Amino acid sequence: MKKLAFILISTPLLTFALDENVKLKNGSGKDLVEANCVACHSLDYIQMNSPFLDKKGWEASVNKMIKVFGAPIKEEDVQKIVEYLSKYYGK
Amino acid sequence: MKPHVPGIQWGYGAMGNAKWKGVRLKDILNKAGLKANALEVVFDGADTGVAEKTPDFIKSIPIWKALDENTIIAYEMNGEPLPHWNGFPARLVVPGWTATYWIKHLISIDVISTAYKGFWMNPAYRLPFGKFPMRDRFVSQETNVNTPITEIMVNSLITNIKDGQMFRGGEPIEIKGIAWDGGYVIKQVEVSTDGGKTWHDAQLGRDYGRFSWRQWSYTFKPLKKGEYTLMVKATNSIGQTQTFELIWNPAGYHHNVVHKVSIKVV
Repeated sequence: MKKLAFILISTPLLTFALDENVKLKNGSGKDLVEANCVACHSLDYIQMNSPFLDKKGWEASVNKMIKVFGAPIKEEDVQKIVEYLSKYYGK
Repeated sequence: MKPHVPGIQWGYGAMGNAKWKGVRLKDILNKAGLKANALEVVFDGADTGVAEKTPDFIKSIPIWKALDENTIIAYEMNGEPLPHWNGFPARLVVPGWTATYWIKHLISIDVISTAYKGFWMNPAYRLPFGKFPMRDRFVSQETNVNTPITEIMVNSLITNIKDGQMFRGGEPIEIKGIAWDGGYVIKQVEVSTDGGKTWHDAQLGRDYGRFSWRQWSYTFKPLKKGEYTLMVKATNSIGQTQTFELIWNPAGYHHNVVHKVSIKVV
């Protein structure tokens, strides 16, 4: 909220704060998150949205990446990714 | 935005300012020859999503905007060839309109006679009808409930003072910043040093053209110690101004709430 966005974005497709040094918290599912999410966007989006998303929110977000943006995430990995995000970055 | 919207929302606003050089799109279209039923012009860039199924970023603009003399295909930015991240070798520049239309790395321009249907036109980049004082309409893309985003809303920022900054009493404080809009000309920038009770005209800086931001400044001398709430508000020549309350919308666009900065005079 304190950032001035220089580009118009409704969805996290473009990064204005590409930070390759973002280290995610250690835990089960971290590898899957790193392998799947970072293919399209930087990991700071996870931290950025952390105060706002509960488990339901993260589930919706992951599903949007798959259904709307065509992220090729394996079906068996979806739940593990959602579990990790809501456990370590949940509201 | 409160409540927070999915993904990334605007913070204090969204804006870019650079000097562009290019070819008028209208000259290219006229050379190619337009038919009477031309409705929209569709632009595609060389970039694609990482995943195969990610919808390709393709955007259209209405024919009237394509024929506006300010809409150009740019090949220079600030006097130099476009840097890669700014769209090398050529990109669309649609002054006054939000950046979603400024397609980079242009590879195709299609003139079509029906509304272009693509993910990035609908459902993406939409605003609820009637919430913002937009002048530019994109009629062929409108639905009963929403419209594509078009021009930039008027906005301004204080850029030289941080929230919580301390100042010594009795010394003048210069407040500086920028104001911008969709290209209708910034007519007035007002500054308040008492949380919005009274307003004073700021001095406008050099005019680089109606699509550029306008720098402004205002100097005041605080007489008492304590906390001061500085605010800035811009108005353009068609009467558009900023809001004091956030106009919430699902995609989180057009944040132009009056910028506030609190300072301490000690």
